[in-house]
Amino acid sequence: MTEPSKSGAAVGEPTGDAPGSNAFLEVRDLKVHFPTDDGLVKSVDGLSFQLERGKTLGIVGESGSGKSVTSLGIMGLHTAGQYGRRKAQISGEIWLDGTELLSADPDHVRKLRGRQMAMIFQDPLSALHPYYTIGKQIVEAYRIHHDVDKKTARRRAVEMLDRVGIPQPDKRVDSYPHEFSGGMRQRAMIAMSLVNNPELLIADEPTTALDVTVQAQILDLIRDLQKEFGSAVIVITHDLGVVAELADDLLVMYGGRCVERGPAEKVFYEPRHPYTWGLLGSMPRLDRDQQERLIPVKGSPPSLINLPSGCAFNPRCPYADVPKDDVTRTVRPELTEIGSKHWAACHMSQEQRERIWTEEIAPKL
Amino acid sequence: MSDEAKDKTTGKAENAASGIPAQSDGTQEKSGGTATLTKDAAPGETLLKVTGLQKHFPIKKGLLQRQVGAVRAVDGIDFEVRSGETLGVVGESGCGKSTMGRLITRLLEPTAGTVEFQGKDITHLGVGGMRPMRRDVQMIFQDPYSSLNPRHTIGTIVSAPFKLQGVEPEGGVKKEVQRLLSVVGLNPEHYNRYPHEFSGGQRQRIGIARALALSPKLVVADEPVSALDVSIQAQVVNLLDDLQQELGLTYVIIAHDLSVVRHVSDRIAVMYLGKIMELADRDLLYKSPMHPYTKALMSAVPIPDPARRGAKSERILLKGDVPSPIAPPSGCRFHTRCWKATQVCTTTEPPLKELRPGQQVACHHPENFEDQAPQDVVLLSAAKEAAELVSEDALAESAATSAAVAAEVAETDADADSGAGAGAGAGADADSGAGARADSGAGADVDSGAGTEEPPAQEK
Repeated sequence: MTEPSKSGAAVGEPTGDAPGSNAFLEVRDLKVHFPTDDGLVKSVDGLSFQLERGKTLGIVGESGSGKSVTSLGIMGLHTAGQYGRRKAQISGEIWLDGTELLSADPDHVRKLRGRQMAMIFQDPLSALHPYYTIGKQIVEAYRIHHDVDKKTARRRAVEMLDRVGIPQPDKRVDSYPHEFSGGMRQRAMIAMSLVNNPELLIADEPTTALDVTVQAQILDLIRDLQKEFGSAVIVITHDLGVVAELADDLLVMYGGRCVERGPAEKVFYEPRHPYTWGLLGSMPRLDRDQQERLIPVKGSPPSLINLPSGCAFNPRCPYADVPKDDVTRTVRPELTEIGSKHWAACHMSQEQRERIWTEEIAPKL
Repeated sequence: MSDEAKDKTTGKAENAASGIPAQSDGTQEKSGGTATLTKDAAPGETLLKVTGLQKHFPIKKGLLQRQVGAVRAVDGIDFEVRSGETLGVVGESGCGKSTMGRLITRLLEPTAGTVEFQGKDITHLGVGGMRPMRRDVQMIFQDPYSSLNPRHTIGTIVSAPFKLQGVEPEGGVKKEVQRLLSVVGLNPEHYNRYPHEFSGGQRQRIGIARALALSPKLVVADEPVSALDVSIQAQVVNLLDDLQQELGLTYVIIAHDLSVVRHVSDRIAVMYLGKIMELADRDLLYKSPMHPYTKALMSAVPIPDPARRGAKSERILLKGDVPSPIAPPSGCRFHTRCWKATQVCTTTEPPLKELRPGQQVACHHPENFEDQAPQDVVLLSAAKEAAELVSEDALAESAATSAAVAAEVAETDADADSGAGAGAGAGADADSGAGARADSGAGADVDSGAGTEEPPAQEK
């Protein structure tokens, strides 16, 4: 199913005329498929978005919706890895600052990785090497991209540890990861990814493994560092609270596709996809009065090998029967622009969705 | 808690205790129906009572495995669980909440203290002694992947409690298991399937069905939803809710997610380093938390509202990490990170006192309430550093309300001149904090039960 990368985008999807137009990062029709014995797992199936410098994009969705695969795809970590002798099949275009990454020379991407784009992983204990000191790992990351001697690099490492708020950085630089607490490890990893001042930072569930109090510290840190370095940030999370804290734009994924995308305010206040409503309704909120009951999404996430035909969300959607002619079960809805920079993929007419949101969903939240 | 209240509750517990043997036999005989659960403890009576509970895990070193120290996972906690209620337990990782759960279900042997279930001391019962109690106390585990044996079918897993307890349900085990599966929202035809054929949410439902098999009275759920996706989380939370209403279950729900805990609990215990810092009714705790730690914990929860993005001023950032439970700080355990800590906090451990009906707090300088140690106004240097991380708004608000409380105290209590004076003085320094919002505000919120103010907004 690896189609040659289609240039141009589907109807209504964001189009940029010149490749890598003015956006710093532009992803066009990205597909990441994994062949397995059971069939082709379409983890990401046609995803497009843009991101400017200094802005934050939040990607939300359930596990298995393709969030992390997207980020690994951008970082170019899939082509290198093999999955049971078979490689991932990637198509589409990823333009980073005027360079197309998927068709670029792997050596070139290797130079960009870590320098122009960096990543913060979810679990710092497995992302840091247990055998080397924190300092050594940061120094390595710095010296790969900068021709400096060890002393300078070490100074830089201490400086970064200090910047991310590790106490006594000149001492802790010689500690091993196991000597750090969870929050400190995450800080150390942030220091490592920021050591080369990357212009694109991808944070994949950066705070999921942490306690709320530490999470608050880390979120503040990411925000401050973004301001300081002016990087573009992609935050991947399942926690709507975290994206609301960080993101300017929001992309909601379901079954490997984007179902809704837009400015964070739009997606939170005027969501136009039933899945987004479901996410908002499933979440108990501290800033509201106690709800009597949560409004869960029924059923469970779909299998990526055998996505439901038509709209992938239709078996779980309470409004699947609203559009006529069973169209939800036969035709896959395209992302259509429903407002300024606000896209959603749903068969219901905009009036229907607006009415359902204001009359049925919003009052219950 | 006052002595009177204590007497009352133990009295009730004893009453309940006298009814146990007959009751458990009764359940056994007609255990055909989980739904026909007979309750001997009326709602509101004490089902579980924990006094001075401790669990120290020894650290052994050297050739002779001499004990060189101990991890004080749970270090002296007291609480009760009333029949029919849900007690939520929150805290950061390592605060001892899971250990506490395993102590009250007696999966671990306490180092000291007592656990009374329905008035019966079960602290040191052996395996045999515990067996009859196991029917009444069940546990739901966090990880639905490792808590189900991958080599057993769902039928075997859910019927295990019947086999272990020698219970023959009416209509046969298979029928009962299938009924349980449908109660938790699974297809009864899945009886012969294996755990790997189910998704995380469905597995968690299997765990719940197993816990419900013997019509327990108390269900201890350790992080029941934290391994699940948001949309599935809501399904399981609603299921637990429904089951409680139908079967009159009592829950102890241990979780780190404060929004989930607020949603499910009637009362909430906040733990820190093996101690309970605050134990209060849900609305009181969320509307006017008294312990600075509770306040910091709640302000740290990210609010899913982009309008608040970057609203740092509302957040109380705690400095550093949780200290080691091997050598916890002296006095109040929170004093190393508290922005209100004074000398007394380093020396005297504040007792868990009921400061307001339904709200027990262990703090010398509580928020939203009169200062418990008003004479002690000099902040520790660590507290001053910590205060730098607390926004000025929060401090000013705390000071303003503490002055208000002090004024109110002066009005109501003519003898309190000195105390109120000190409180007001401290309030002006923005250092002390006898509380915010005074009694009037909190009272109104509780009465209406639907105050429009959300807790973090109070800091504005």
